[in-house]
Amino acid sequence: MWTWFYKLASPPYVYGAAAALVPWFLGAAALTLGYGLIDGLAIAPPDYQQGDAFRMIYVHVPSAMLSLTVYTVMAAASAVALIWRIKVGHAVSAAAAPIGASFTILALVTGSLWGRPMWGTYWAWDPRLTSELILLFLYVGVMSLRSAFEDPARGDRAAALLATVGVVNVPIVHFSVVWWNSLHQGATIVKLGAPSMAGSMLWPLLSMWLGFMLFFAAVLCIRLQGEVLNRERQAKWVREAIMVRKEVKS
Amino acid sequence: MDNAFWSMGGYARYVWPCFAFACFVLAWNLWSARRYHAAARLRAERALKMAGGGES
Repeated sequence: MWTWFYKLASPPYVYGAAAALVPWFLGAAALTLGYGLIDGLAIAPPDYQQGDAFRMIYVHVPSAMLSLTVYTVMAAASAVALIWRIKVGHAVSAAAAPIGASFTILALVTGSLWGRPMWGTYWAWDPRLTSELILLFLYVGVMSLRSAFEDPARGDRAAALLATVGVVNVPIVHFSVVWWNSLHQGATIVKLGAPSMAGSMLWPLLSMWLGFMLFFAAVLCIRLQGEVLNRERQAKWVREAIMVRKEVKS
Repeated sequence: MDNAFWSMGGYARYVWPCFAFACFVLAWNLWSARRYHAAARLRAERALKMAGGGES
């Protein structure tokens, strides 16, 4: 079992697999996002209370869910790197951080735009909003810590430690609307019981969520290739891969 | 597309910036990831050249 695990985590294997998966992930993301956008913007009926303003759900909820998913991926990769000393774990963590940060910003900005017509304010120090803002600070902290050390290995370890410890904020963000009084509405999809949405509104949301996940997978694969190349620049397999690429080009 | 679609029931100034910003974030992610990968490949090629293995 461990041989398989270590083979799967070897840099040349990860680099090759990431390169092969990118077009599939991007193609599937384009299809699901295209369907979700058309259905969500033009076909789904307006909400009986919020009218057409509810359509912001089609970018706000997927980006918010992705901000938590990416952090969990980053923390899991960091934990794998710390526990089993698998270097690719650090590469996955470093590749995921800027993507997660950008989707957290997207969730905060779209939430703010939705909050203005519904709550009458762009921002409130509400448990959900505040814990999501802390998530952004954690992303920024992980990225800053990684680049704060002259020795990249020390930077990787420090960032991995912060990413692993910071995962405690993920359930806090998710359950903040249950644990505390909040302006923010409760969970719509990820909860016990059936989703509290009509099918005509739910399908485009699920499609957008899947599209965002596939898009994240594609971008992670592209960034991961860069991370692996940066870390393995002197390795024999990188030199061979570049030589082969040059021969194909000429 | 009729006017009702673009006006989004009076919420156009919130709905469209929301979707526009989402498009920007998606595009930035793809662009920056590709740029990062290309820069890493260039650095690896330079390292190979410095080591004397990449003369063409």
